[in-house]
Formats: sequence, C-alpha cells, structure tokens
Amino acid sequence: MAQGTVQNRESFLNNIAEKLGRERRRSSVEPPTYTKQPQWDIMVDYTTEQLVDVLKEQCTAIHTDVKEATIDELPAVIDDVMKEYGAEKAAVWDDLRFAEFGLTSFMERPDINIWGSAPDEDDIKITEQADVGITFSDYTLAESGTVVLMNGGGKGQSVSLLPTYYIALIPLSTIVPRMSQVTRKIHEEVQAGRRTPSCINFISGPSNSADIELNLVVGVHGPVKASYILIDDL
Amino acid sequence: MPMKIGDHSFDQRVSKGLGETHMRETVRSAQGRLHTNKSKAEEDLGNWEDWRTLSEEIRSHTLENLDYYLEQLSDNVIKNGGHVFFAETAEEANQYVKEVAVKKEAKKIIKSKSMVTEEISMNEALERAGAEVIESDLGEYILQIDDHDPPSHIVAPALHKNKEQIRETFERLKGYDKTSKPEELTQFAREQLRQEFLEADIGITGCNFAVAESGSVSLVTNEGNARLATTIPKTQISVMGMERIVPTWEELDVMVSMLCRSAVGQKLTSYVTGLSGPREEGDLDGPEEFHLVIVDNGRSNILGTAFQSALHCIRCAACINVCPVYRHVGGHSYGSIYPGPIGAVLSPLLEGYDDHKDLPYASSLCAACTDACPVKIPLHEHLIEHRRIIAEEEKKTTRGETYAMKGFSVTSSSPRLFDMATRAAPIMSSPFTKEGTIDKGPGPLKGWTDVRSFPAPEKERFRDWFKSRKKEDS
Ligand code: SF4
Repeated sequence: MAQGTVQNRESFLNNIAEKLGRERRRSSVEPPTYTKQPQWDIMVDYTTEQLVDVLKEQCTAIHTDVKEATIDELPAVIDDVMKEYGAEKAAVWDDLRFAEFGLTSFMERPDINIWGSAPDEDDIKITEQADVGITFSDYTLAESGTVVLMNGGGKGQSVSLLPTYYIALIPLSTIVPRMSQVTRKIHEEVQAGRRTPSCINFISGPSNSADIELNLVVGVHGPVKASYILIDDL
Repeated sequence: MPMKIGDHSFDQRVSKGLGETHMRETVRSAQGRLHTNKSKAEEDLGNWEDWRTLSEEIRSHTLENLDYYLEQLSDNVIKNGGHVFFAETAEEANQYVKEVAVKKEAKKIIKSKSMVTEEISMNEALERAGAEVIESDLGEYILQIDDHDPPSHIVAPALHKNKEQIRETFERLKGYDKTSKPEELTQFAREQLRQEFLEADIGITGCNFAVAESGSVSLVTNEGNARLATTIPKTQISVMGMERIVPTWEELDVMVSMLCRSAVGQKLTSYVTGLSGPREEGDLDGPEEFHLVIVDNGRSNILGTAFQSALHCIRCAACINVCPVYRHVGGHSYGSIYPGPIGAVLSPLLEGYDDHKDLPYASSLCAACTDACPVKIPLHEHLIEHRRIIAEEEKKTTRGETYAMKGFSVTSSSPRLFDMATRAAPIMSSPFTKEGTIDKGPGPLKGWTDVRSFPAPEKERFRDWFKSRKKEDS
C-alpha cells in the first residue's frame, strides 16, 4: 500500500504544544498505569458455560435469537433459521471455517454467493440482494452479546451489513467476557508490528434506532433481524 | 449549519421553547427514559465510580499529550495508505473536503451523524460546490428534509419532534402515505436511503475516537448507517475534533463502554466499528481512498486554561439528559448545536462570549450534570468560571453594573454553591427566590418562570427531585 500524505501538521501541533505551555513531545510518552482498572474484574473466573448463560441473557435485551447446535446439527439449524426468515438467497464469507464445521455442501448450493466469487467483482450488488448474510464470529463478547468480525479479503464487511437478515455462527471457543479481552489482543498485535485489519466490527444484534420519540425500532439501515447460532466446538 | 443557531435573542428562544407544549412533553419523557436507562447501566456495572476515575485519567493523560498522540495517529494513518489534513479553522477543513469532492467529481455524498461537521457547516460548503449531501442518520435525515431544522440534542437530534410531525413532513416532502407508527416511518427512511447509499460517490463520517497506535477511526452507532457510508462509497472522509482520540485500543475499550452506557444505557451499541485506512490489497469493499480531517476550530484556545477538561467530553449527552433547565426549555433555546450543560460551557469557548454569553446563566448550578458526567468534567464549576469572566468583562465596560439575570444562578439554600457563585460574580438573587423556588424576575428569569415556577433543585438532592418529578409526570 502506497504511503498517504499529511498536510499542515507541524504548525498545528506546534500550536497545541505552545498552548499547553511546553515544548513538543515527540517520544517516550506512554499511557500511565491507571489507578483503577475495573474492566478486568468483570467475569474473570467464569467458565465457558457461565459466559454462555450471560450471552444468552443479553441477547434477549438486544432482540437477537439464539440457537444451539453441535457441529453435526449445524446445517439443519442454519436451514431452520433461514426458513423462519423466509430466506432463500444467502451471502457468506469465503472462510475456511465453513468447511471445518461441515458446511461444504451447504456452500455449494446455487443460491449462495461466496464473497469474492461473483463475476466482475459484483459482490456488493449480489450481497445487497441476498436475503441473509452469514459469517463466523472471530471473538464473541458475553457481556454485550457481541460478535467481533475481523474483516478483509474473503471476509467482506458487506456480508454482515447489506442483506435483510444476519446469522452469526459462534463457536463456543470464541467466547470471552467482554470487549477488554479483544481490544487487548488487537493492542498486542499492533505492538508486534502487525497492521490492524482495515475494518473491525463489533456487532451486537440487529440495527436499530430510537430517533423517533425515543421509541426503539429494530431494523434500520443494517439487518432487520439477527440470529446467533452457538456451536459446541469444545 | 453553523454552531450558532438562528438570530433570535436568548429571551426570545426561551419564550418560544416554553410555548411549544408538544416539544416540552416529548423532551420531558425522553429525558426521563434516557436517564433511567443510564442509571440501570451504571448499576449493572457495579463500580461506576472506578470507571469514571479511569475514564478521567485516560482523558487527562491524552489531552496533556495531545500533540504526541495526534502525531502518532497521523503517522499511522499515512502508513496505512490514508491521507491526513490538519485544519486549524472551519474554512480550511471545508476547503479540503471540497477539493476532495471536486477531484472525485462527486455528485452524491452520503453522511453519517457528525457534530463537528455541523459545527463547521460542512454541508453548506459542499452544496455550494455543487454536490448533493444526504444525511443518513434517521434523526438527521428527518431534520434535513424538514428544511434543515437544527438539532436539539447531540445524541437524538430530532428529539423535539413528535411522530405526527415527522409523518406530516414525510408526507409533504417525500410522498409518504402510511401512518405515524415509528416502525413504518423508519422502514420508509430505510428504503429511501438504501438507494442513496448505493449511488453515493463519497461517504463522510465523524469519529467517536481515533486510536493513535494503529491510525484507526472508531464509529459508535445503532442504525448501521455509518457502516454503509464506509463500506460502499469509493472514497471515505472522516472528520474529527482534534481531542477525539485515545492512545491505544485498551483505552478505546473503556471510552466506548462509557459512551454507550452513558448515552443510551446500552452495554455496546449495535455497531462499534474500527476503521484503519482504506481497503487492503484483495479487499472487495470498503473505501479505496481514505481521508482524515482533524479539526481545531477554536479548541486549542481551551488548552492550558481553566477550561481544559471541557475537551475531555465524549459527547454522550448524559449531562443534557439530567439537566432540569434543558428539560424546561428544550434544546433550541440554547441557540447552539451544542445544548445543555456541555453546550453552555463549550459554545462560548469555541465561538466567543458575544453570541453565547447568556448560556452560562442557563443553569441552576444544581451540579446534576457534573454528577452525571462519565469523565468527571466539573461542568457547573466551568459555568461559574464563565460567569466570573463575563462579570469581569462587563465591569470593565459598564462599571459595576449588576445583572438581574444572574439571580437565576443561586439559591441561598446551597451554602457551597452560594459561596462559590457570590465570590465569582456580583449577583442579586435572593429577592427572586421564594422558599427555594424561583418565582418572578426580570429579564430571562421571567421567561424561564413563565410557565410554572422553576424548582431550585439543590434544596433536595437532584435525584430525589428527579424521582418526584417522574411521579408527578406519570
Ligand atoms: S460533558 Fe460529560 S456528560 Fe456532558 S456530553 Fe460531555 S462527556 Fe457527556
């Protein structure tokens, strides 16, 4: 990737330093050790089972249906959810986990578009017309009922956004207590010198708005309904 | 839309606000619900005070080292292949965005909600350059089609409108023919806007927090419009106030957790998105070009002053949602796109006292805002400091004149505040204060008290007052 450009930086930052009444700080600034760090106390000693309970409970608050499946049951459970939604056309990630979780024949169906396989790179258009988008979750946050998607390459950010409905496949091995565990992981990756994926999504249920008299309406610009399928992979 | 809204005087705005019964009912019920949701989210978390302490420490450290973190941020954005423009003024920011639009031959620009672009009137600048600018946040969309009605709340911009008014607007201007059910109104907006997203050449977003260590921009939303604006158009421009930054993803976690809980009482909003530069090799969506515009527009003048902590604000609106004055008069009375306690502190700092010198008096100094603020900004103390400065200035020009409206600030029942305020400014308050209730008074005070006598909340604890109000309401 070609390096970008920056304009007006020196005068802008010199002015800030001057207003702060000191010289420019150009190195050795580190965040301090904060006196309170309550985020690390939350659900520290929870078992996966307990985290799953928290997740399920939270999903009722965020209008998200939860189903459970073993790896063997998974194709049938996905079909059930699609039937409930009246969904036929699906858009999915190009992601090895689909094969690992026994979904190869599901992926070969004609009304499924695997991200990146559309002719003329028309994936956005086809995905926009799909009834349902299906992705795996890379990390799952129990506290907030959140799936974390590290997009990029075959994992197009459109798949969880443009179709009318959204299904997240959640291997139990991806569940952590809260956002802190994932942001720490990203922070460690940055420190190791790796580039952060250009789009990371923390998704908690379907899109919604309360802009009209503060009435909650589920389904605005993103998916109008969302389902999580918890897969026992432990 | 500039920061300042309209040309009416403070008195006129307040009188108008008090006369709008619809608006006042909507605001009252909304404020109650938002506050209840936040309280519940606080209780859920358990040790709210520790979270506040942590958040304050993060914000202080970041602002103290702002030049360092902005340099790191911009280095990382360009490493990721994005472009950064530092804009000292609103004009510079608008000029840059206009140039990008012209270079891209943009006809249609889709925007997700951003207060800073409102502050610098970016839409008008782009429209003058011949582009169509479409707001996609539901609340902003409603205001935009209704002849650019100004926002009245920083989180729920169309809070002052009820659903019947919205239905009527949709019908009149967009040919809508369904009922005033929020579900149907929302569905209609979804259909209208989806097509716009698919056609847009540029997506413009604000930025809740930039992350210095990775050159990222984070967007916290419920509707999914900010995701659309950063997924489909080929060019993305994000505009941030220069203080909206955290050092690392670890601080982002804390600030986002606090923002979601304080703004809407959610653990996380439906979408929290971290964007780091344009799409990478092999990606088939996301912008091909990414621009980050970092705006000063008066903010740096706040650094190094007694008001520095006002820059810690994360725009959650918690202070607005507990403010008894906001509740009474509504957002438009403040005459600024930043209403409520934070607006009363910030507007005079960013735009000067000339247009906003009544605002520091639009407060009962009950300190409910300070108590509610997730990053512990001492809002009511900042208001007192503003009053002190204004009084000093006026002493210079009008020699010792006392201003009747300052009476609004104080009741004799709160010794600490009374002391602070009387030390700060010459105030004539007690003649208008009857048993803790402010009744009649000259100037603005009259307007404020026209509809019914205004409680002086510090006599009871604010929370108790709030509870008793709620009982009265129901
Ligand atoms: S001043 Fe505090 S409470 Fe008010 S909007 Fe800013 S962060 Fe929220």
